[in-house]
Parts: sequence; C-alpha cells; structure tokens
Amino acid sequence: MRPDPIQRIDTAFFWDACERGELVAQKCEACDLLWHPPRPICPTCHSMEKAMQKLSGKGRLLSWVKQARPAAFGFPESPVAILVELEEGIRLVSNLEGVDVDDIKVGMALQVDFAKTSNDKAVPIFRAAGAS
Amino acid sequence: MVDSSQQAAIVGIGQTEFSKNSGRSEQQLAAEAILLACQDAGINPHDIDGMTTFSLDNSDEVDVMRSLGCKDINYTTRLPQGGAASVATVVHAKNAVESGMCDTFVIWRAMNERSQYRFGQPAMSISPDAHSSTFLEWCFPFGAQTPAAWEALSCGPYLDKFGVTSEDLGRIAVLMRKHAATNPASWFYEKPITLDDHQQSRWIVEPWLRLLDCCQESDGGVALVITRMDRAKDLKQKPAKILGAEYSMLFNHEIISDFYEGDLITHDIANRVTDKLAASCDVAPKDTDVAMIYDNFTPQILRQLEGFKYCGVGEAKDYIKDGHMELDGKSPLSPNGGLMGEGYIHGMNNITEGVRQLRGTAANQVKDAETVFLASGVAGAILGK
Ligand SMILES: [Zn+2]
Repeated sequence: MRPDPIQRIDTAFFWDACERGELVAQKCEACDLLWHPPRPICPTCHSMEKAMQKLSGKGRLLSWVKQARPAAFGFPESPVAILVELEEGIRLVSNLEGVDVDDIKVGMALQVDFAKTSNDKAVPIFRAAGAS
Repeated sequence: MVDSSQQAAIVGIGQTEFSKNSGRSEQQLAAEAILLACQDAGINPHDIDGMTTFSLDNSDEVDVMRSLGCKDINYTTRLPQGGAASVATVVHAKNAVESGMCDTFVIWRAMNERSQYRFGQPAMSISPDAHSSTFLEWCFPFGAQTPAAWEALSCGPYLDKFGVTSEDLGRIAVLMRKHAATNPASWFYEKPITLDDHQQSRWIVEPWLRLLDCCQESDGGVALVITRMDRAKDLKQKPAKILGAEYSMLFNHEIISDFYEGDLITHDIANRVTDKLAASCDVAPKDTDVAMIYDNFTPQILRQLEGFKYCGVGEAKDYIKDGHMELDGKSPLSPNGGLMGEGYIHGMNNITEGVRQLRGTAANQVKDAETVFLASGVAGAILGK
C-alpha cells in the first residue's frame, strides 16, 4: 500500500477530488490564475475567492528519482517519484507506474490515473500516455 | 558602503570536533563552540549583545545566555531554509553590527545530527501548517521523503539537459575527499577516495545520487564572533572583513524541493545574490581566492558555480574537470574538505575555514589568499583581509 495524503484546510479539496478520480487545481475566481500547490489566497490579485478547475491530466515528465536508501516509508517498495508538468502549465510531484526504469525518458508524455492509499484515500499517479 | 572603521569583520571562530557521536548535549556543543570563538577573539562571552542561529537549531537563546552568562542582548533572530541559512547568518550579523545595534555578535549552530536524529531519514511527524510541512505534503505521499530525493528531483532537468554523468559528479566528491584527507580536523582525514570508489558506492537516490555524492551526517558545534573594524583592532586575531554579504528569497522558490518556478536549469536565486553583491562589493565571487560552496550533494556545486557566475550555464562540470577548483587552481574549492569531507555542521564549518584561509592558518592553506567567497544557495558573502 502507500501512505495517505496529509490533508490541510487549504488543500483538502485537492485530495477529495482525487477520491472522485479527478485531478484539479485551485483557480482564482477573480483573475483566473491556476495554481498548485493550493494556497489560502491568490498571490497575484490577493482574492480569497477560490474555485477549482478540472485538469486534463495530460503532461510530460521533467525528472524522476527512486529512493534506494532509505527505502520510501509506507511503501512495500520505493516507487518512482516524478516531477510532472501538466498541459495547463502546473507542476506537481507524483509517481510513475507501469514503466520500467530503463524505459523512462525525460519529456515522455504522461496521463494521470489514481491510486488508493492505505486508509482508502487516493492520490494522483501517472502512466505513459496511451498505455491502458 | 559603510566607512571602513564601521565595517563588519569576523574576529573569532570556534568549533568542536566533528564526529558521529559527540557524547554530550547540543546545548553543551553550542556553549563550547561559542566559548572557543570568544577565546579566539579575546572577548568575554558576558559581553555578547546579539546572536543568531538557524530555525532548526534546538538550543534556546535563553539557555545559550545562561550557559555563557550573556548579560544583555539587543537583537536575536533565527533563519529559515535549513543549511541555506548558513551564509545568511553572516548577512544578519553584518547588518547588526554595522547599524550599531550590536557590538559583539555571535552566530552558532550545534547539533547531534548523527547520533540524535538524522536529516537523511524520512521525516515521520509532520504537523499541519508547521515549518516545511506545506512543502512535504506534496512529496511525502509519493515516496520522495529525504533531502537527497528532493535534491535529485529538482536537479534532474539540469543534469539531463547538459548530459552530466555520474563520473562528472564523482569528480566533485573525489576533490572534496582529497582536501579532507590532509585536514586533521576532517572526519575523513587520511581517507581519500578514487573515482572508482565513487562509482562503486551504493545508490542513495537513483539515477543521480550515490552514497559518495552526499554530505556527511555529523555531530558538532561551530560559532563565529562578529564586530566592527574599529573594535576589531584591539582584539587578538587578524580580522576577516565582511566585504559584502547578500541574501535573496525569490517568489515561489523553495530551497531543496525547488520544483515550481523557473526553468530548473538556471539558478535564479544565486544569480540574484551575485547581482546584489556586485552592487555592494568590488570583488566578484569568481575573482576570489578560495570558494567555500555549500556541498550537501554534488549537483549543488555545479548549479551554484553557474548561479554565482564562476562559469556559464552548463559549463560547471568542465570547470571542475579542467582543474580550476584544485588547491593550486584558479578557485580552490573548500580546502577543508567541505561538508562531504570535513563534517556537516549545516554549512557553518565552511565559514570557519574561510576565516582560517585569510589568517593563513588553514591545514590546506591556499597561497596568498586575500579574499574568500562563502555561498549557501540563497546567500553569498565575500571576506577579505
Ligand atoms: Zn487572483
């Protein structure tokens, strides 16, 4: 299994959306700024009126790592952690699944999926685009 | 620029031994290091009137005052951002004494970072909205849980773009250990490594960081005493003048988990610090005689060399390979062996080495060292005789 997300007041909507199988980002109601990780206030216009926007879930891989020592806490085996840049311009840390380490390529096209965590929460993960 | 008589200078340095198990409390390590720095300077610890440390330091200011008998403190502060705070402390010390707010300013950092807790292990307890937790929230559930993992994820695009190899990184580790091998204060004294040793060392984080790409985890304490030049002339040591010291935090950047802003290729913060230094100081980092650059992990050396403009973007691996950072090169790198070779007191032991280089008392003395550059990612300082 894998660790549950750490939920905070300002970020719970993101993790709740994952449980519904949706990848979302915070969007400022006043100036339309898309933003991640979520904040209590828009850094551009300082509005606190926040909405969320569903994202395409399509992106490309910027970098990847695998913790060899110590092994990742809460996982049966250290996962491949990645930095993804989404079509919408947002970046997030996630996992790459279903791709052999030798086949990982910086820049490769990715598609979001969701993985259950130990206590039945969910987190976004990515697979190679086009893989089922 | 301030009048030369009002310029800040480091006039005392103190450090305990660097070990894996100090056998005493962090409060004692802090007190020992500060006492040694005061004795080195020739001042009474009772006269300390300002102090700073890292937000991560566990010793309380009141306890430090009680240990050393400090009578009346005018100014204290604590600095964020982990080891990036190391050179930032010098910025605050300089401002505190040059403004006249303080006369005798102390910087300390003391930790049992190997025997009591380990930065290299995953943080298990994270409290909502507390220090760093808002960053860790986005890494921890995905198994990126250690400084090495964040560093590798953040440096990956740079390393990939310029075709930096594990051997390129290994050359940095070999250089650090070469310097440490002839410094009796180093944990790795008389223990140099070869590039092959580096290549054989186990993975810490694939595909970038082997064991020998990482700094140590150490127990120990380091302290500095800073005052103005008008007071320094009556003290025991030749002062190390703080010719310039600058600090920068830029919007949307984090320190080690720096994922969300910029192209992840250029070091925007170090660039900014370099520009600020150029405006306040006649000497550029690349023109100093010794480079003390924070080496938590080998890629950080490459990115800072470019960020502080020793060479162009993408050129740092060749700058190292061409020998410019050897002891007899143009810009000798951490003659003490740095945080990989000497010890990891969160960067502060690189500052005491910088001062020794100017005094001419270092174990691996750079010939005729007139100026030293101190760097810790978000902060840079230039010391001079
Ligand atoms: Zn806005």
